[in-house]
Amino acid sequence: MDLALLENILFATVRTGTPLLLVALGAMISERSGVLNLGQEGMILVGAACAFIAAYSADSLMLGVVIGALAGALVSLIFAFVALTLISNQVATGLALTIFGTGLSAFLGAEYVGQSIEGMTRVELPLLHKIPLIGPALFGQDLMVYLGLTLFALVFWTMRSTRLGLIIRAVGENPQVAHALGYKVLLVRYAAVLFGGAMAGLAGAYLSLSYTPMWAEGISAGRGWIALALVVFASWRTERILMGAWLFGFASILHLLLQGFGYDVPSNLLAMLPYAVTIVVLVFMMSRKGAKGLFAPRSLGQPYHPPQ
Amino acid sequence: MRIEKRLQPSQTMVYLSPILALVLTVFAGGLLFAALGHPPLESLAIFFIEPLRDTYGWSELAVKVTPLLLCATGLTLCFKAKIWNIGAEGQFVFAALIGGAVSLQLTEVQGFWVLPVILLSGALAGMAWAGIAALLLTHFNTNEILTTIMLNYIAVNLLLWGVHGPLKDPAGFNFPESALFAEHTLLPLLSFDYRVTVALFIALFMVVVIWVLLARSLLGFQLRVLGENRNAARFAGFNSRAIIWFLLLFSGAMAGLAAISETNGPVGQLIPTLSLGYGYAAIIVVFMGRMHPLGIVLASMLLGLTYLGGEMAQIDLGLPKSITGLFQGMLLFFLLGCDLLIHYRLVLKERAFGVATT
Repeated sequence: MDLALLENILFATVRTGTPLLLVALGAMISERSGVLNLGQEGMILVGAACAFIAAYSADSLMLGVVIGALAGALVSLIFAFVALTLISNQVATGLALTIFGTGLSAFLGAEYVGQSIEGMTRVELPLLHKIPLIGPALFGQDLMVYLGLTLFALVFWTMRSTRLGLIIRAVGENPQVAHALGYKVLLVRYAAVLFGGAMAGLAGAYLSLSYTPMWAEGISAGRGWIALALVVFASWRTERILMGAWLFGFASILHLLLQGFGYDVPSNLLAMLPYAVTIVVLVFMMSRKGAKGLFAPRSLGQPYHPPQ
Repeated sequence: MRIEKRLQPSQTMVYLSPILALVLTVFAGGLLFAALGHPPLESLAIFFIEPLRDTYGWSELAVKVTPLLLCATGLTLCFKAKIWNIGAEGQFVFAALIGGAVSLQLTEVQGFWVLPVILLSGALAGMAWAGIAALLLTHFNTNEILTTIMLNYIAVNLLLWGVHGPLKDPAGFNFPESALFAEHTLLPLLSFDYRVTVALFIALFMVVVIWVLLARSLLGFQLRVLGENRNAARFAGFNSRAIIWFLLLFSGAMAGLAAISETNGPVGQLIPTLSLGYGYAAIIVVFMGRMHPLGIVLASMLLGLTYLGGEMAQIDLGLPKSITGLFQGMLLFFLLGCDLLIHYRLVLKERAFGVATT
C-alpha cells in the first residue's frame, strides 16, 4: 500500500466522519444534560433540506449552513417543548421528531430533488496540508470539516474545564440536587437540546452542501441513529467521540476500498456495512466486563418536573 | 397557568387525549394548508373526507389498514412491556424479500399448500429478523432501539440487492423489480371490484388473539410488570428472557404477515419502495390506540387515512405525497403532548384556600 492511497483513505475517513462527529457531539451534550433525543435523524434531514433550499435559492453556501443549523434547532424546539415542558416519554417523542422531520424534509425538498449546486471547495491550509499522511486529511478539507473539529475542541474544553460543563453534568446526573443548588434544570436542558438540534442541522447542511451537494429524500441514511450509537460507544466522553466518528467514517468508506481492490461484491450489500459495524460495536461495548452502567448520565431519559 | 400532579392518573384523559390530538392535528393541518395558499377547509376535506366518499374509498382504507394493523398487533405487546421494537419496518422488508423469493419459486407449482407456505415463509422470515434483535437484547444487553433500527437499514439494503440482483425480472427491461407474482400465489380477493384480500381477516383475527392474550392470560400482567421493572419481573419468578423472545418473535411474525399482505396482495411483486413506512406508522397506531386491541383498530384506520389523504392532496392540490409523514408526525407529537393531562392537571390560578406562597 503506497502513501498516496493511505492519504486518500485518511482524507475520506475524516470527511465521512464529519457529519457523525457533528451529530454525536450535539447528542452527547443533550444526553449529558439528561435528555435522550432520538430525533437526530429527523433534525439532520430538516437541516439538510433547509440548507439546500437556502443555498440554492440565494446562491450562498454560507447562508445555507446558517439556515441548516437554525432549522435543526427550530425542530428540536418542538421536541424540547413536548418532552420537557409537557413531560412526555422521551423515547416516543424522539421517534415522533424523526417521523415528523423525515416527512417535513421530504415535503419541503420535493421541488428540489434532482437540482444541483456547486458544492463546497477544499481550503488547503498553507504548509500544514503538505504534512505527509495526515496533512490532506486534517488540513486539506473544506470549511465544514474545520468547523467540526473546532466545535469538537470547544465542546471538549467546555465539558472538561468550564463551569457550564459542570452545570450540564450536574443537571444530567441529578436534576433534584441541581435544582436545589439553584440551577434552572429545564433551562439547561432546553439549551442542550437546542444545541443538539443546531449540530444535527449543521451535519445536514454538510451532507446536502458538501458531501453530496444535492437534496434527496432520506439523504442522512441513518447517520442520526449511528451517531446515537456512537455516543454509547464513546461512553459519553468527548475525546472518544472523535475517535468513534473516524472509526465509523472508516467503516462507511470500506466498501469503496473493497471495490478499489477489485473485490466484486454488490454495492447494496456493501452499503450495509456501517449498520452492521454499529451493531457489532454495540455488542462489543456491552459485553465488556463492568459495562453495566457504561457511564450513562444517571437521569438520562427520565422526565423531570420542577417542584413549585 | 401551571400544572399540578394528579393524585390518580385520569382514565378519562387516557381516552380523550387521542381525540384531542386529532383535533389539534386537523387544526394545525388547516393552518399548514392556509400557509401553502390552499383554502384550509376545502383542503382538509380533500385530505380527510374525500378519500372515503364511496365504497371503493373505504375498501382502499381497508387495504392500508391491513399491514398497519398486523404490525401494530405485535408492537402493542412489545410496547406494553416497554420493549422498544422499532424494527417492524425491517422485519416487514426482510419478510417481503424472503416471501417474494418463495413466491417466485412457486410460479410453476400449483397446490392448495402454496399460499400457506408463502404466508409461513413471510412469518418465519419476520421472526428470524426479529430474532436477531432478541438475541442481541437478551444475550448481549444491547439497546433494542438502536439494534432494530440498524436492522431496518440492513433489511432495506438486502431488498435493494434482491431486486437489483438475483430477483430482478429477466424480462423487466432492467428495472429493479421482480417479475409479477403468478396468479395462484396471490392472496384471494374478497371481491373482484376491490383490492382487499383475505389478509384483512388475518389482521382482525390477530387483533382478537392479542385481545384474548391480554385479557384472559397471565401474559398481560407479566408484560406490565416487565415494563415497570425488569428486575421485579425476575423476583416475581417470570422468565423475562423468554417473554422478550416471545414478544419479538411474535411481532416479527406479524410484520412478516403484513409484508405478505402487501407483496402478495395489492403490490403483486417486489419493488424497492415496498413499504411506505408501515412499520414506523404502526408505532403511531399503537400509541394512538392506547395499546388496546380495539384502539389500534380505530387508530390504524386513522393512520391508513393519512396515506389516502396524502395521495388525494397530491392529485387534487398538487402537494407532495410526503405530506402524509407530516400529518403522522404531528399526530404523534400532539398525542404525546396531550398525554400530559393524564398525570397532570392544568391550574389556571391559585385556589383561594391554597397556602399562600411568597
